[in-house]
Amino acid sequence: MDFKARAQASLADAGLQSKLASIKGKFVDMRAAAVRELPNFEAMREAGSGVRDAVLGDLDVWLEEFERNATARGATVLWARDGAEICRHVIEIARRHGVTKATKSKSMLSEEADLNAALTAAGIQPVETDLGEYILQINDNEAPSHIIAPVMHKTKDEVSDLFARVHQRPRKTEITEMAREAREMLRAHFVSAQMGISGGNFLIAETGSAALVTNEGNGRMVTTLPRVHVVITGIEKVIPTLEDLCLLLRLLTRSATGQTISNYVSVLTGARAAGELDGPEHTYFILVDNGRAGLVGTDFALMLRCIRCGACMNHCPVYQAVGGHAYGWVYPGPMGSVLTPLFVGIEKALDLPYANTLCNQCGVVCPVKIPLPELLRKLREREVERRLRPLAERLALKLWAWVAARPALYAAGTKLAVRYLRWLARGRTTIPVLAAVPAWTEGRDFPAPEGRTFRELYAEGRS
Amino acid sequence: MNAREDILGRIAARLNRSPENAARARERIREWIDARRAGPRPEVGDDLAANFVRRACALSSTVETVGRLDEVPPAVARYLAGIAVAPAAVCTPQVAELAWAGAGVRVEARAARDEDLVGITGCFCAIADTGTLMLCSSRASPAAVSLLPETHVAIVPVSHIVPFMEEAWALVRRELGALPRAVNFVSGPSRTGDIEQTIVLGAHGPYRVHIVLVREV
Repeated sequence: MDFKARAQASLADAGLQSKLASIKGKFVDMRAAAVRELPNFEAMREAGSGVRDAVLGDLDVWLEEFERNATARGATVLWARDGAEICRHVIEIARRHGVTKATKSKSMLSEEADLNAALTAAGIQPVETDLGEYILQINDNEAPSHIIAPVMHKTKDEVSDLFARVHQRPRKTEITEMAREAREMLRAHFVSAQMGISGGNFLIAETGSAALVTNEGNGRMVTTLPRVHVVITGIEKVIPTLEDLCLLLRLLTRSATGQTISNYVSVLTGARAAGELDGPEHTYFILVDNGRAGLVGTDFALMLRCIRCGACMNHCPVYQAVGGHAYGWVYPGPMGSVLTPLFVGIEKALDLPYANTLCNQCGVVCPVKIPLPELLRKLREREVERRLRPLAERLALKLWAWVAARPALYAAGTKLAVRYLRWLARGRTTIPVLAAVPAWTEGRDFPAPEGRTFRELYAEGRS
Repeated sequence: MNAREDILGRIAARLNRSPENAARARERIREWIDARRAGPRPEVGDDLAANFVRRACALSSTVETVGRLDEVPPAVARYLAGIAVAPAAVCTPQVAELAWAGAGVRVEARAARDEDLVGITGCFCAIADTGTLMLCSSRASPAAVSLLPETHVAIVPVSHIVPFMEEAWALVRRELGALPRAVNFVSGPSRTGDIEQTIVLGAHGPYRVHIVLVREV
């Protein structure tokens, strides 16, 4: 996962750059307007992070409570340690109920598991139904670039061309026409699929329910029409009560899109009751670990508070410059830069803890107050502790530490360096190129020193 | 070891569980659930109906207010004529008893089908804070009636408007006891912003949500 190479390609992509420019005007402004409306938004953030911490502090017991209540309502609760186990469960369920087609509402866990490929290989057709995810699927299973706006890297013209090619219908130019065309294509799948697969924004322990938030209505279709409904969520998604759901929904939708509420919030419990005319006959929950249990009780447990709103990436100057694909795995932006090393292995994502400026825009907007810069800094520490940094960097720091531990040598060294830099500046206030580190001065100037070191000035002031 | 034992065991180990502190944790979660603490909320004002209407309209629902329940069918007939849609609808059994035929609206009380163009429902309650309808699935209220048709008409008695979602859950506990299979909160027509973050109405659910508020029921 080479962030640097991908980021460079993204920066050079003029088309992508013009699309990224819209994040600020849309997501950032809409969130700001929604937050401005509430004088007590800070109190909500505080309460929301409190709820998440209370759950994570007793996660095993909350999960058992959820499992008991979900089972009592006739749902089947299954557990998966990793992506492979998710796929195995889903395929088994499909076979048991004679499923040949599954409609899917957005599920990040299914991206973690690469579920679509596994279903296809097992002869079960997966159909993505979130408009963005659908566009990606019919474009050769392209990867999403944002957790709530998966095709934010595409223009309307690109989507027009794609639809005309794949749907074999006259090319549409208006977004409303394209949305209708996708509606018509997907409606046929909605009414014919035997299985619906969804994520879950929250699991409610007291009632054994899944809460699902969508704007398009695809979440409702997938959980109402097919005979079988499978919910796939991370084990950290459990929350205590319906009252806690109210609070977290207020935070989630405002932080994600600036909405006071999403169009559809569905709270789903058990399977179709006797006499009911619609709804699934079988409901399954797959509760997934995939790296989460190992974070409980560690410095990184704070990351498990995350409710996947996307505000951290929307506000990140690095994400705004390079977009989501540069991050290389399922989750982009600051939350992804923390999660990816933790989930796939720190040694496989060495650049990600550095793919940010530690400016704390992400920390300021996070609805559950995750101190993202602090966690990124901790990951950087891990890399150093595990000697995963490049040799040149390690040697340079060793040398510096050796010199810094010898005051006389340090004083002499800095005195010399400052005078050399001043000579390099030749009267200017900045130095445009440092020959020893040309890459560093490629995008910025080095400030020229005044001519004497701090130690010299300090000694003079005291005498 | 099976996945369940493995996952729960690793979490328990991380949390340094002993039989005593596991028992204390179970007490803690019982207390949390019984307390049902509500978090901070927005302001909603005293006039719930006015706030509901303002919020619902802001989310692109349309609202008409009538005095009594028997004025609903003619109002729905006028609305459908106004948007040039034939007066034929699937409705939830809950609202089938109104005098639809007298107003010239042909209704069928059943689960919705793909070809239905209009769906008429009641609602369990409505939420002033966000302009939201709360629909509870049951035999008398199949979930897809508010979902498959392009036009959703909802009948909302003013007396059923509650301030916040918290009161809506309290009402469910009081009137239904347990949660129904599906509780659907509906806040306006379906929409998508996936293409260029431009919001368009009418994604997979209805293009229009028309709310008929009834003052006296």
